Amino acid sequence: MTATSHTPGAAANDSLSGQIQYVTVFIGGQLFGLPIHKVHDVFVPESMTRVPLSAPEVAGVLNLRGRIVTAINMRRRLGLPQREGNHGIMAVGIEYRGESYGLIIDEVGEVLNLDAAGREANPANLDPRWAEISGGVHRLSGQLMVILDVERVLGRMQGDMAA
Amino acid sequence: MDDLLREFLTETNESLDTVDVELVKFEQEPNNARILDNIFRLVHTIKGTCGFLGLPRLEALAHAAETLMGKFREGAAVTEEAVSLVLQTIDRIKGILAELEANEGEEPKGEDRDLISLLEAMSMAEAAPRKEPPKKEKKETAGTLVAQVLERELRPGEVSLDELERAFRETAVEVEIATDEPPAEEAPVGIDFARVAAEIEARMKQASPDGKEEKAKASAEDGEGEAKSEKGSVSSQSIRVNVETLEHLMTMVSELVLTRNQLLEIVRRHEDSEFKVPLQRLSNVTAELQEGVMKTRMQPIGNAWQKLPRIVRDLAQELGKQIELEMVGADTELDRQVLELIKDPLTHMVRNSADHGLERPDDRRKAGKTEKGTIRLAAYHEGGHIIIEIADDGRGLSLERIRQKIIENGLATEAELEKMSEGQIYKHIFAPGFSTAAKVTSVSGRGVGMDVVRTNIETIGGTVDLKSVQGKGTTFTIKIPLTLAIVSTLIVESCGDRFAIPQLSVVELVRVQNNSEHRIERIKDTPVLRLRNKLLPLVPLAGLLKVEMSAEKSEDEGFIVVMQVGNVTFGLVVDGVFHTEEIVVKPMSKMLRHITMFSGNTILGDGSVIMIVDPNGVASAIGTAVATDTLDSHADADAARGIDNDAKISMLLFRAGSPEPKAVPLSLVTRLEEFEIEKIEHSNGRDLVQYRGSLMPLVYPNYDVRRREEGTQPMLVFSDSGRSMGLVVDEIVDIVEESLNIQVGSDVPGVLGSAVIKGKATEILDIGHYLPLAFEDWFKRKEISSAALTRKLLFIDDSAFFRNMLGPVMKAAGFDVTICASATEAMRLLGEGAAFDVIVSDIEMPVVNGFEFAEMLRRDARFRETPIIALSALCTPASIERGRQSGFDEYVAKFDRPGLIAALKEISAADYGIAA
Repeated sequence: MTATSHTPGAAANDSLSGQIQYVTVFIGGQLFGLPIHKVHDVFVPESMTRVPLSAPEVAGVLNLRGRIVTAINMRRRLGLPQREGNHGIMAVGIEYRGESYGLIIDEVGEVLNLDAAGREANPANLDPRWAEISGGVHRLSGQLMVILDVERVLGRMQGDMAA
Repeated sequence: MDDLLREFLTETNESLDTVDVELVKFEQEPNNARILDNIFRLVHTIKGTCGFLGLPRLEALAHAAETLMGKFREGAAVTEEAVSLVLQTIDRIKGILAELEANEGEEPKGEDRDLISLLEAMSMAEAAPRKEPPKKEKKETAGTLVAQVLERELRPGEVSLDELERAFRETAVEVEIATDEPPAEEAPVGIDFARVAAEIEARMKQASPDGKEEKAKASAEDGEGEAKSEKGSVSSQSIRVNVETLEHLMTMVSELVLTRNQLLEIVRRHEDSEFKVPLQRLSNVTAELQEGVMKTRMQPIGNAWQKLPRIVRDLAQELGKQIELEMVGADTELDRQVLELIKDPLTHMVRNSADHGLERPDDRRKAGKTEKGTIRLAAYHEGGHIIIEIADDGRGLSLERIRQKIIENGLATEAELEKMSEGQIYKHIFAPGFSTAAKVTSVSGRGVGMDVVRTNIETIGGTVDLKSVQGKGTTFTIKIPLTLAIVSTLIVESCGDRFAIPQLSVVELVRVQNNSEHRIERIKDTPVLRLRNKLLPLVPLAGLLKVEMSAEKSEDEGFIVVMQVGNVTFGLVVDGVFHTEEIVVKPMSKMLRHITMFSGNTILGDGSVIMIVDPNGVASAIGTAVATDTLDSHADADAARGIDNDAKISMLLFRAGSPEPKAVPLSLVTRLEEFEIEKIEHSNGRDLVQYRGSLMPLVYPNYDVRRREEGTQPMLVFSDSGRSMGLVVDEIVDIVEESLNIQVGSDVPGVLGSAVIKGKATEILDIGHYLPLAFEDWFKRKEISSAALTRKLLFIDDSAFFRNMLGPVMKAAGFDVTICASATEAMRLLGEGAAFDVIVSDIEMPVVNGFEFAEMLRRDARFRETPIIALSALCTPASIERGRQSGFDEYVAKFDRPGLIAALKEISAADYGIAA
C-alpha cells in the first residue's frame, strides 16, 4: 500500500486487488503517476489570469465550469526549465482540502494498473525537490514512473504560504 | 425534537434576551411599572409553557424568579442583589435551554435548589417590610394579574392547543394582551387548588394596590400604545424562515447576477441584438430580486447590541465603576452575515471601553468629570456603509505609552515615530504585538485583542479607526459594508491584466496626460499629483504588484484611481479603466491568501477570473511613507503640527566667518543694516555703533568674521524694547522659504544645528545665545532683574526646533526653564508636584493640544492662578479667542519673540507688583 492511499475508498480498492490505478502524465519527459482517485478531471486550461505576487509555481487562476481553479505550474514546482515552443497545455484537476487545483503538465498518458507491492522507495540520491513530492517509484518496462504525492505537492505550498 | 419544542426554544431564547435588557433598564428606573410588567409577563409565559411541555426544572426556576418579581410589583425595593439574582436565574434557564436543545428535548438532570432557595429567601426578605405573613408569600404566585386568576376560575384545567399557540405568540412584546387577555398561564397540568385559593386570597388583600397599578400601567402605556400596536400588527404579518433557506436563496441570486452579467457581456458585443430589450427587463428584475433578497437578510444592528447592557452592567459592578450605556440608531439595518461577524468585535470593544477606557468614580471626580462614565454606541448609514461608533468619555489613550511600546516591540524606530501622525501612532494598538503582554493592558490602557478586532472587521471589508484625546476619551469608528455578498467594483487594467477595485474605496478618477492640466510630477522618484491644492501620493498598481511594466507605455499617461482607506488617501495609477461591475466575491485559494493586495477573486461576465484588489492591503503596503491625513478635520492644527518637517519658515541666509551658509529665522531679525566702517566705534573693549540715538553693541558670531577696513559692514539687528544688538556678518545671501528640519544637532554654543536649506548644509544660529553677549542683562532688567526673582517657567512644545530656539531665549530672560515635549509630559510633571510661576505652551500639539491643556489646568485649583501663555503658529482672531476661553492669559505668535518676552515680563511684573 502506498503512503498516499489514505482515503477509505482507495484502501478498499487496494485490499481487494492489491492494485492501484494511476493516471500517468509527462512532465519534462519524465513519467509521473497520480493515484486515480485523486484526479478529478483532466482539462485544457483556458484564459488563465496571472496572479501577481503569488508563488512562482502558481501559474494563475482560471474559470472551470463556474469554479475558480488555481493552476500550478508543475515544471516550476519540480525545478524544470520551461517548455520551449508552442504546445497545447494540459491540466489535471485535483480537489484538495475543499479547493480546486489544476496541475499543469505536458501531456497525459494512459491509465496504468500497478501492483501496490511493486512500489519502491525514493532513491536516496533523488533531487530533494523531487523527493519532497514523490511517493515512491514504480519500475515499468523501459521506464520509471514517479508517484506524485498530491498532498505533498499542494500541502507543502500551502504550508509555505502560511509560514 | 418536535416542532413545538423547537418553537419554544427559539421563542424563549428571544424572550430571555429581552428580559436581560429590560432587567438592566429596570434596575436603573425601578419605578417604571411598564418595564416590570414586561419582564414579569415574559417570565410568566416561560413558566407557563414549561409547565405544559413537562419541563419541571425550568418551571420551578421561572416560578421562583416570577415570585421575586411579583414582590417588586408590590412595591418592594429593587436592590442590585435582587436583580443580580434574577439575572443569574435567567442565565441558568438559558443554560438549561441550551442543554435541552443539545439533548433533543430532554431536560438535563440537575438541581436548582441553590438558586430557588436564594430567590425564595430574597422574596421573603423583600416582603418583610410590607409585613405580610411570610407563609403566604411562599405559596402565592404573588402579583399574578387579577384577570388571570379570574380566568383560571372560569376554565380550570382547560388547556387547548389554541391557547398554547397564543402563549407562544404572546412572547412577542405585546403589552395589551397581558392585561386584556391573560397568557395561557393555566398551562400547569394539574391545578393546584390550594395555590389558586391562596392567590385569590392574595388578590383580595392586594385589591387596591393592584387596581392602582393597573391604572398606572395603563397610563404608562398610553404613550407607547400606538407604537406597540403597530409592532404587533407587523409581527402578525411575518413568518419565520430558516436562515439556511435565506442563505440558499442568496446564493442563487448571486449566481443569477453572474449569469445576467454574462448575458449582458454577450449582448454588449452584438450591437443590434433582439435580446437587448428582454435582457434589459431581466436585468431590472434581477436587480430588484437581489435587493429584495438582501432585504430579507437585513437585521437591525440592535440585535447585536442586545447583550451589551447586561455585559456593561456586570462589568460595572465587577469593576466598581458607574457606567451608562447609550445606544443610538439601534434600528439601523445591516446584513445578518455582517451582523454576526461584528457582534464579537463590538462586544469586545465595549468591554474594553468599560474596562480600560473609563476611570473609576474617584478618578473621574478628580479629573473634573461626572462620576458616571458614558459609553455611547451609535450606528448610522453613510453611503453604502454602516458606521458604528463606540465612544467613551474616559481617560483616552496615552500617546507616550504607545510610543514606548512601539519602540519596545520594535514596530517602528524613534525616527519613524517622529514622522507619524497621532492617528498613525494610535493605530498601533491594533498591531498584534500590542495584545500579547498582559502588562500592556495596564500600561497602554487598551490592547487585548484589538488586533483580533481589527482582523475581524477587515475580513468583512470594514475598517476601524480611532480618535483619542487624553483625559477626554476615545472614539472608535467602524466602517463596514452593508453586505458582503455582492460588491460593486471598478474594473481597471494594468500591464495587460485586469483587476477589480471595490468602488466603496474609490473616491474619484483622474485622467492624466503629459500635456493636460493633471499631470504626474515627481519629487525625486516619488510620483505625486496636484489635486485641488493637495499633493496626492501616487503608486502605480503595476509597481505595487511587482508586475513588469512594458517599456513603450508612458509612465505619465493613464488613469489615477483616487482611493480612500481609513483616513489615508492615495492615487493608484492604472493603464485603463473599463466599466463598473457587480461581482460576487469568491474566496481565494489558500495558496494565494497570503497576498494582502487581494481580498478575493471572482468570475467576470466574460467568464474570466479577476483578482479583487484589497484597498486595505494596498494602503498598508504604501505604508506610512506617503500616508496623509486629508480627512483630519483639524486641518489647521495639522498644518502647524508638522512644523518640524513640513511647514515653511522664512529663513535669512548669510555668511559669517566661513564660506558655508548660516541662517536664522527671519522673524527673529528686526532689520538688516549696513554701517559705514567709520561709524563703528570701540569702547570698553567692544564694538559699538550709534543707532537711533543709543549705542548698539556689535557681536561677532565667531572670530573669523571679517572686520572690514573700509566700506560698509552688513549686520543683522535684533531689537527688544529699545535695546538693539548688531550681529556682524560677512554677507547677507538670501531670504528663503524652506521647511526647517534640523537634522544634526550641535554642541557649539550659538549654533542650534544644521539643516539642509536650498540643497546646502546650513548652520542654524541660536540667537538666544548672542543676545546676552551684547547685554549681559539682556532680559534681566528692570523689574525682573533681581536674582531672587529667578522664576520657574514650564515650556511645552512638541517641536524640537522651537524647544531649542525659544528655550534659551526664555532662559536668557531670567527664567529657570523646564522644557517638556508634550502636554502629557508636562501634566505628569505637574502631577508630581512641580510648581511653576509661568507656563508657556504651544497650541498645536498632538494628543493634548494647548487649549485642552490650559482648560485642564484651569480646572485644577492649584493652577488656577498660574499665568499661562499660548504660543502658536496660528494667530487668527478666532484662535486667540479660543485661547482666551481656554484660560490662556496671553496669546503670542510663535515667531514673535519680542512679543513673548514682553508677555513674560508683563506677567512677571504684574505678579511682582502683587507680591510687593
